[in-house]
Amino acid sequence: MAKLKGRGVAAVNYPTGMNLGGDPSQALIHATTTGSFVVTLSSVDLGQGLKTVIAQIAAETLGIPYDSVMIDTADTDTGPHCMGTFASRGTHRIGNAVIMAAREAREVMLNVAATELEVDAADLVTDGKGRIHVNGAPDKGIGVLDVALAAHFKHGNTISGRGIFLKPKSTPVPETGEMDPDSCQAHACTIAEVEVDDETGVVRVLKLTNGYEVGRAMNPALAHQQIVGGAWMGISHALYETTEPYYPDRAHGPLDFSEYLMPGPADLAEMESVIIERPASNGPYGAKGIGEMTANSPIPAIANAIFDACGVRVTSLPITPEKVLRGLDALQAVNPV
Amino acid sequence: MKGSVVSITLNGVERETLVAPGTTLLNLLREHQSLTGTRRGCDQGSCGSCTVLVDGKAKLACLIPVETIAGSRVETVENLALNNELHPLQQAFVEGFATQCGFCTSGMIMAAKGLLSVNPRPSRADVIRAISGNVCRCTGYESIVDAILAAAAGMGKPLKKSA
Amino acid sequence: METIDTSFFTEERAGSFNTVGTSTERADARGHVTGRTQFYEDVSFPNTLHLKMVRSTKHHALIKKLDVAPAMKVPGVVRVLTWKDVPNNWYTILKLIGVGPDDEPVLAEDRVRFIGEQICAVLAETPQAAAEGAKRVKVVYEELPPVFDVEEAMTSKPFTNHGSNYYIYEGHNCRRIRFGDVETAFKQADHILECRYNSAPIEHAPTETTGCVVKPEGNGRYTIYSNTQALYFTLDNTALILGVQFNKLRMIGGTVGGGFGGKVDVIVEPIATLGAMLTNRPVKYAYSRAEEMQVSSPRAAERFYIKDGIMKDGRIFARKITLYVDAGAYCRHSTYGTTKAAAHMPGPYTIPNVHVDAYCVYTNRTPSSAMRGFGVTIADFALESQMDQIARLLKMDPIEFRLKNAYRDGDMKAHRKEVEGAALVEVLQAAAKQSGQKLSSEFLAMSSYGWGSANGKA
Repeated sequence: MAKLKGRGVAAVNYPTGMNLGGDPSQALIHATTTGSFVVTLSSVDLGQGLKTVIAQIAAETLGIPYDSVMIDTADTDTGPHCMGTFASRGTHRIGNAVIMAAREAREVMLNVAATELEVDAADLVTDGKGRIHVNGAPDKGIGVLDVALAAHFKHGNTISGRGIFLKPKSTPVPETGEMDPDSCQAHACTIAEVEVDDETGVVRVLKLTNGYEVGRAMNPALAHQQIVGGAWMGISHALYETTEPYYPDRAHGPLDFSEYLMPGPADLAEMESVIIERPASNGPYGAKGIGEMTANSPIPAIANAIFDACGVRVTSLPITPEKVLRGLDALQAVNPV
Repeated sequence: MKGSVVSITLNGVERETLVAPGTTLLNLLREHQSLTGTRRGCDQGSCGSCTVLVDGKAKLACLIPVETIAGSRVETVENLALNNELHPLQQAFVEGFATQCGFCTSGMIMAAKGLLSVNPRPSRADVIRAISGNVCRCTGYESIVDAILAAAAGMGKPLKKSA
Repeated sequence: METIDTSFFTEERAGSFNTVGTSTERADARGHVTGRTQFYEDVSFPNTLHLKMVRSTKHHALIKKLDVAPAMKVPGVVRVLTWKDVPNNWYTILKLIGVGPDDEPVLAEDRVRFIGEQICAVLAETPQAAAEGAKRVKVVYEELPPVFDVEEAMTSKPFTNHGSNYYIYEGHNCRRIRFGDVETAFKQADHILECRYNSAPIEHAPTETTGCVVKPEGNGRYTIYSNTQALYFTLDNTALILGVQFNKLRMIGGTVGGGFGGKVDVIVEPIATLGAMLTNRPVKYAYSRAEEMQVSSPRAAERFYIKDGIMKDGRIFARKITLYVDAGAYCRHSTYGTTKAAAHMPGPYTIPNVHVDAYCVYTNRTPSSAMRGFGVTIADFALESQMDQIARLLKMDPIEFRLKNAYRDGDMKAHRKEVEGAALVEVLQAAAKQSGQKLSSEFLAMSSYGWGSANGKA
């Protein structure tokens, strides 16, 4: 009776977006009288942090502080169209739409500022802290607040912008499957270390070492959340979860969290992750979608580590203690000790 | 079946409510008192999203018939950020990026508060035990455990002012 | 916490930003920790009716009789909705982008095709009365043989309304990828490795269950408070099912207690909106935890057969994949997921001969649908387990074996899209570095920018 240790590797890629019929999202941006900017969407935040990252993208493009941006989502009476939050598309699609809208709004903002300052708009820059000034001459400037007030009450301008991103429809060629379904690919590699109890068949994941390529980490802390939470879900998928434990037999489906098994806070693996960035040419500031990918590489890495530990190749998910034990029995039948 | 009037001290204020027999504390909070910060995740005691403090102890509001806790003190997440200042647990959850979708957060924080009230310097194992009945599907738990430990370590010290 | 290794792609990632790339506080964090974040279920309206669904208790059966009269006798029950109340009872979610046929009823008509299928909806003053009413509805079934195995389903008597137990892709019974010539390549290969992989359905298990509250506004419009992941998909499908103008509906949402793909189906909104229209009262339809576990769409079970032809030098020369995606009783998003799976093949490796047949198959179980990694997660389990088996067969280090085959910029993928922005080589190098594994100079020198001479492909 022993606890057997093993190491396994897996590497994956993951598409950002996936379209069958054309994949658009839109954004509208307008300035308030006092120089805040409202980004109006009909997009959904599932917890991945869309509201945060979209505000960062809007602030970056407009050249104003992050806390001057308000995200107004999601109401179909006011928010323009969004396909939805799925297929790792949110940051990419909506981010691009927001950049387009923010560029249009920024242009108006700079034109109004140029009129107020009596300079050429092409000479103006934003400092990201709420001021617009002549490039190289920080003293010759004006606050975004004053620009917004002037636009509203003096010049009759709307500082606003419209944005859309569309991934055009790609119809697969029926004979060959030729198609262009996605926008870019993110990448991940996981090295898993596990311990297999050869008496009980229980697998414990000791450590996951991960490398993730994400295009650009718009908010590294939020990217880290996706990585850690996704890797946890990967462990959970690998070893615990199913609604049909005897699939394809339909019997014994779990009905609640005491029957549907997932690792709890006492079952966590040590995790060491490194992010690398290869900005996508078509991504907002290079960002790719990573929310889905993070769960994928840990699963086969764990399966491969289990084989490394005890010589049992489990080819069906989830890898329950029963399957490990049956595998060990089969090995012993072939090579009796 | 007739209802009955039950009196509980809710977030420091005594409240009398007419409830139908079998009304759960979760329904009282959400439907009668509009305290929706206590979340309904399963209504069967298996997810922990509705965790509140009853006489200082962490309990699942969906499993408690209100009649059985007449006269008790009940505290919900809405009672924590008094005077608009975050409780150290809340501050630690914000700073430690310990929330994602946010649905389990109220229950996690109340379970942690129940722990810290009896064990102000918990070990990591103590924290894990205290939240072991609370399901989080987003975070992988680590940031939550870290945030609770950080709050415990920082409690008593002056709070860092944040923007 | 998060570490960014800037030694990779240094030139490409150069740039100076104010906000992008900084770990700003989450916009929603303070709302979350104070319990003030408003989820759909935190809105409530006076006079709300509660909806409880009567569901099939059979895998596959004809409905010989449906008697709702006993439910109407329960005090508090206001109305029971059946398929006869639904203006356009047959739909399919992706019809808005041209996918057909309409293969799923909102409420079952003459038959049920899985346990848990919606049959009729009881509307009552309280959740308790709705539950009691639902219990009293009498359904008389005549059971039919169910099919649960994907490969059996391919040849068994069709139970769907469209004449086959698999989805038809432009005249083919599967989504095909054809690239090179695998059969000839297998003859030339030094090794052949074949293996079958499979999975069982997986539930998204968000802490917040699926649901909505629909409120009549008195002006002919209805506001739907929902936790859908896709507001317009839901709005448009609901309007089509109910046969109302799109602008009669307004959706409010955007804050969801976990989705993971589980909230992109359009199930609760159409029937709750119908209830609100027919009673002129707000209606709430929220899944119980048990419904979320067994009735909401799971991640599909998948079955893979992979056959690889491998050369002695470590190159994969041919890969043939047969995939069965278990869609369950109805299509929902499974046609899309199956195509996505096909496009993902043969994984992030450059293989000159690839053959994929990806079948989207119907069985008498809960319809599956999107989940985090749709079409890809289980594929990666199969592909990367296979890669491990090959590395062991060749007695190669698993990282070096992958580096040898990793796709690079300019390579052609099996679905004939040229690779750009590749970074598989670099994540392998980064993970090796992070774990302390020393790669030899040949492998350290590799990059996604192209093939080095070491690979014999220069």
